[in-house]
Amino acid sequence: MLQELLAGGPVVTDGAWGTELFARGLEVGRCPDAWNLSHPDRVEQVARAYVEAGSQVILTNTFGASRPMLERHGLADRVAEINRAGVEISRRAAAGRAKVFASMGPSGLLLISGATSPEALAEAFVEQARALAEGGADAIVVETMSDLAEARLAVAAARATGLPVVACMTFDSGKDHDRTMMGTTPEQAAGALAEAGADAIGSNCGQGIEGFVGIARRLRAAGDRPVWIKANAGLPEVVDGKAVWTQTPERFASLVPAVVEAGADFVGGCCGTSPRFIQAVREKLSR
Amino acid sequence: MADPQELYEAILTGNAKQAEEVTKAALEEGANPSDLLSKYMIPAMDEVGSRFECNEYFVPELLIAARAMKTALELLTPRLAAAGAKAAGRVVIGTVQGDLHDIGKNLVASMLEGGGFKVVDLGVDVPAQKFVEAIQEEDGSILALSALLTTTMTQMKAVIEALEAAGIREKTKIMIGGAPITQQYCDEIGADGYSDNASGAVGMARKLVGAA
Repeated sequence: MLQELLAGGPVVTDGAWGTELFARGLEVGRCPDAWNLSHPDRVEQVARAYVEAGSQVILTNTFGASRPMLERHGLADRVAEINRAGVEISRRAAAGRAKVFASMGPSGLLLISGATSPEALAEAFVEQARALAEGGADAIVVETMSDLAEARLAVAAARATGLPVVACMTFDSGKDHDRTMMGTTPEQAAGALAEAGADAIGSNCGQGIEGFVGIARRLRAAGDRPVWIKANAGLPEVVDGKAVWTQTPERFASLVPAVVEAGADFVGGCCGTSPRFIQAVREKLSR
Repeated sequence: MADPQELYEAILTGNAKQAEEVTKAALEEGANPSDLLSKYMIPAMDEVGSRFECNEYFVPELLIAARAMKTALELLTPRLAAAGAKAAGRVVIGTVQGDLHDIGKNLVASMLEGGGFKVVDLGVDVPAQKFVEAIQEEDGSILALSALLTTTMTQMKAVIEALEAAGIREKTKIMIGGAPITQQYCDEIGADGYSDNASGAVGMARKLVGAA
């Protein structure tokens, strides 16, 4: 399925969801994923905005819908429902015009600190991946991972559903911003994630799109899997006491060809991006 | 004879078991606890910090070193207290209201404990007033605030305002951190210090104690 998608050249994915939900009334501190049940119409608006902006792949509002994350909001008993609903919402919005890749984010717990165990994490990811598959996802995206051990457990869980799996990590540490918080390099990530069964490997979040040219090149050189990149809109600046992403959609889009040339097969946005960014990226790549 | 240099190595390499054994043996042989702390343990954590700064160490190495340090420190604490030694300072730490992320906050707390600070961890989603109350419990405390989200970092300003309203802003040193935080933001809200990593946070806390 991934190869089929990529046959037409680089594929444009979507942009940030959290900020779009906040713009539609989600309150700070509330669980974004719970909106799949309480405000499905508004979640669908976000998904549809991306489809209309030209996303060929959209994700789902399930980034934080693993059991350990939902537990923090007292929603541990709603894991299956929230994940299934998340996929169904994106599928309705896509209506066949875009593929739906379901999002699985980190657990928020560190294995090495003893806050959780590999068994507990594996169980949580299996539970989430199964519900995403039941909802009808076309693929699963494991994203924003810092810890390779946790990422591998998530990939294995996603893999067990039989769906294609994209696995991405966040490189935001080290003086060159080319390590994850736990010290993993793109080369180590590419090798270990492919071995764990990922069909595509990649990176999202952690830095502005400027930094992703090098990351994409290194991921590409380190393996034979398609490369998935979702970059932030530059770096946030503080304006009137608030963090604001000041990079324009045009500036972001102008950097996309370099990321594609470096080896990215899937491109999209993370923090600070919106449907306008996706539209600009589509325009840039169709030229 | 216990070789205290082994204690240095055990902390540097994050070997908690060895740190415990060497510390016990050294204490049984009559070693001076504050010497162990100042000549071997704190220098080991300082070396951990500099290895982190030059990308030799990352979060896993920091965490296991801090754990080894804590193990040894717990053996020393009763004797240090009996000798009238004090903690490097007291730090009240927490993730601001509306934010449930705690990996970074926990990491900073572990490193501060490893640095000899007494740490009061208020957890996540902490209302401003709760920070104020914890600071009021003991004079001269440092306040360490964490936020992961651009949407919650603005709560830091609310906490500072709550300290002002309670009349304790002037005597409280405030340090902040978290993914979206920058020195610019620190200056803008009038916090006293910022670090972009857990190791740097210990240096910052020491600096703030010295300045208090």
